[in-house]
Amino acid sequence: MVNIMTKEKNTVTRAAGTTVVEDRFRDSAADDGIREPVFKTNNFNLWYGDNHALQDINLTFNQNEISAIIGPSGCGKSTFVKALNRMVELVPVVRTEGEILYLENNIFDRKMTVEELRTKVGMVFQKPNPFPKSIYDNVAYGPRVHGIRKKKVLDEVVEKSLRDAAIWEEVKDRLNENAYGLSGGQQQRVCIARALATEPDVILMDEPTSALDPVSTTKVEDLMHELKKDYSLIVVTHNMQQAARVSDTTSFFYQGYVVEHDDTKIIFENPRDQRTEDYVSGRFG
Amino acid sequence: MSNYNIQEMIQKNKSNKGAFVEKSIPVILFLITSVSVLATIGILYTLISQSLEFFSRESFTTFITSADWNPYGAEPEFGIWALIMGTLKVVVIATVFAVPVGLGAAIYLSEYATERLRKVIKPVLEVLAGIPTVVYGFFAINFVTPVLQSIWSEISLYNAVSAGLVVGIMIIPMIASLSEDALSAVPNSMREGSLGMGATRLETTFKIVLSAAVSGIIASIVLAVSRAIGETMIVSIAAGSTPNASLDITSSLQTMTGFIVQITSGDAAYGSSLYFSLFAVGMTLFVITFAMNIISQWITKRYREEY
Repeated sequence: MVNIMTKEKNTVTRAAGTTVVEDRFRDSAADDGIREPVFKTNNFNLWYGDNHALQDINLTFNQNEISAIIGPSGCGKSTFVKALNRMVELVPVVRTEGEILYLENNIFDRKMTVEELRTKVGMVFQKPNPFPKSIYDNVAYGPRVHGIRKKKVLDEVVEKSLRDAAIWEEVKDRLNENAYGLSGGQQQRVCIARALATEPDVILMDEPTSALDPVSTTKVEDLMHELKKDYSLIVVTHNMQQAARVSDTTSFFYQGYVVEHDDTKIIFENPRDQRTEDYVSGRFG
Repeated sequence: MSNYNIQEMIQKNKSNKGAFVEKSIPVILFLITSVSVLATIGILYTLISQSLEFFSRESFTTFITSADWNPYGAEPEFGIWALIMGTLKVVVIATVFAVPVGLGAAIYLSEYATERLRKVIKPVLEVLAGIPTVVYGFFAINFVTPVLQSIWSEISLYNAVSAGLVVGIMIIPMIASLSEDALSAVPNSMREGSLGMGATRLETTFKIVLSAAVSGIIASIVLAVSRAIGETMIVSIAAGSTPNASLDITSSLQTMTGFIVQITSGDAAYGSSLYFSLFAVGMTLFVITFAMNIISQWITKRYREEY
C-alpha cells in the first residue's frame, strides 16, 4: 500500500481531462526488465461520419504485457483496438487523424499494407467466429493464405497453435470435424489458435469472453497469462474483474477519450480521476 | 390510477365469434394448401397415364435409345434423343454464359459494391427477371441472330447459339440475385475473421465467403438451369423446329418444349400417337428437372458448410 501511495504523488496531470502516469512508476511486481513499446499512438483521432469517436488518444502498449482497455458501452474501446489493425476501416464512413506506431512504423503509411499489419497483429473477436470449415482448416487458414502449403509444416503449426491455445487435448481426435460442432468456449480457443498460427507479435482481443460461460472464461484468462510470455496482448473487456485479474496495465476510456492509463493495480486500487474510481467501483457503466 | 378498468373491458370484448374464427382458420388454410398439392398430383396423374398410353402404342426402348424424331407420316419415329440434344445444346450454352456472369455480378454486388450502388442495381436485375419471355424471343431473333450472323457467317436464322445466349440472359438475374442473397447471408464476422488474419479481400471472398455460401449458390444455379430447360418461348422463336441430335450449334434444332408448343398449337388429332407423344415428352422433361432437383439437394447437403 505504501508503495502505491508514493506513486500517486508522483503522477503527472495533463490538460483536457487526460492524465498520464509516467512509466517509471510501474508496479515492480509486473516488471522484470525494461520493455519496448509495441504500439504507440500520437494524437490519434477517429470519426464515424460526424461522430468524433476517438479524441486525442496518446497511449503506449509494451511488449509481453497484457494491456486491458475498459470503459462503458460506446466509449470507443472496441473502435480503438480495431484501429490498431485497421479493421475499423471496413466501416466506409471512418476517417482518422494522427499516428499509430507499430514498432515505430506508422501503420497508416503506404509502406505497410493492411495485410502485412494484420499478419503481425492478430485479432480475436467478441463472438467466436470460426470459419465453417474443419478445425484443422480453421487453424491452417492463416499460414495457407500466406503461401505455406507443405502438409508437414501445416500439421506442426496446427498442433502447436492448438496446444498453445490449450485446446489440443479436447480436439486432437476430431481435427477434421466442422468447428461449429464445438462449444462456444472451445470455438473461441480455436479462434485464438487460428490467430496464433501465423505467429503474430500482438494479439488484439475484443471482449474475448463476453459470449462465454464462467468456466470457459477462466480457461481463456489462464490462457492469456500463458500467451503473455510470447505475445503482447491488448484486451478490451467489459468485465472489470477480468481486467483486474489478468492485465498489467489498464486504460480507462470514457466518451471517446482516455481518462486514465496506468498500472492495473493503481487503476483499481487508487485511481486519480473521480470517473475512473466511479467506474471501477461499479457506480456507473 | 387509471380511469378505465381494462380487465372489465377485456371481459366485455370477449365473444364466441373469435373462438370460432380461431378454430376454423387452420381448416381453411389446410384446404388452400391442398389445392397446390392436388394440382401436382393431378398433373402427375395425367402425365403418367397418358405416357403409359403412348408406350402401349410405341416402343419404350426406341423412345429412350433412338435419336430419330420424325413423328409425322405413316411410319412415325419417336426417338427422344433428338429433342433432348436440342434442349441440351441450348441449356449448355445458356449455362456456360450465365453462370460466370451471374456469379460475377453477385460477388461484385455483395462484396465490393457500395450500399448505394447495390440499392440501384439489384432492383434493375429483378426487373430483367420480370420481362416476358416472348420479348426475349423477339430480341433473340431480331437482334442477337443478325449480330451473330454478321460476325459468324455459318450461322443460320434459327440456331442454338442465339437461343442459348438469350436464355442465358434470361437466367442471369436469377443466378445473380439468389447468389447475392446467399453471399450476403454469410455473417460479416467471418469476413472479419479472414481479413484479420491478413488475408486480402479476394482471398476472403473466394476462400471463405464463397465456400460458406456454396449451398445457396448451387441452389440458385440449379433453379436457373431448370428454368432454362423448361424455357419455351425463346427456343420456339429463335431455335427453329428441326429435331436433330447433332452437336452442330449453328443450325436449326428443336427442344422438348419447342416440340410440345408446336404440336399443341393444332397439329395433333386427339387419340393419335402424335397426341400421346406430347405427354411422353412432358414426362421426360419432368423426370429431368426432378432428377436435377434431387442432385442439387444431394450436392447442397454434401458441400454444406454450416455456420
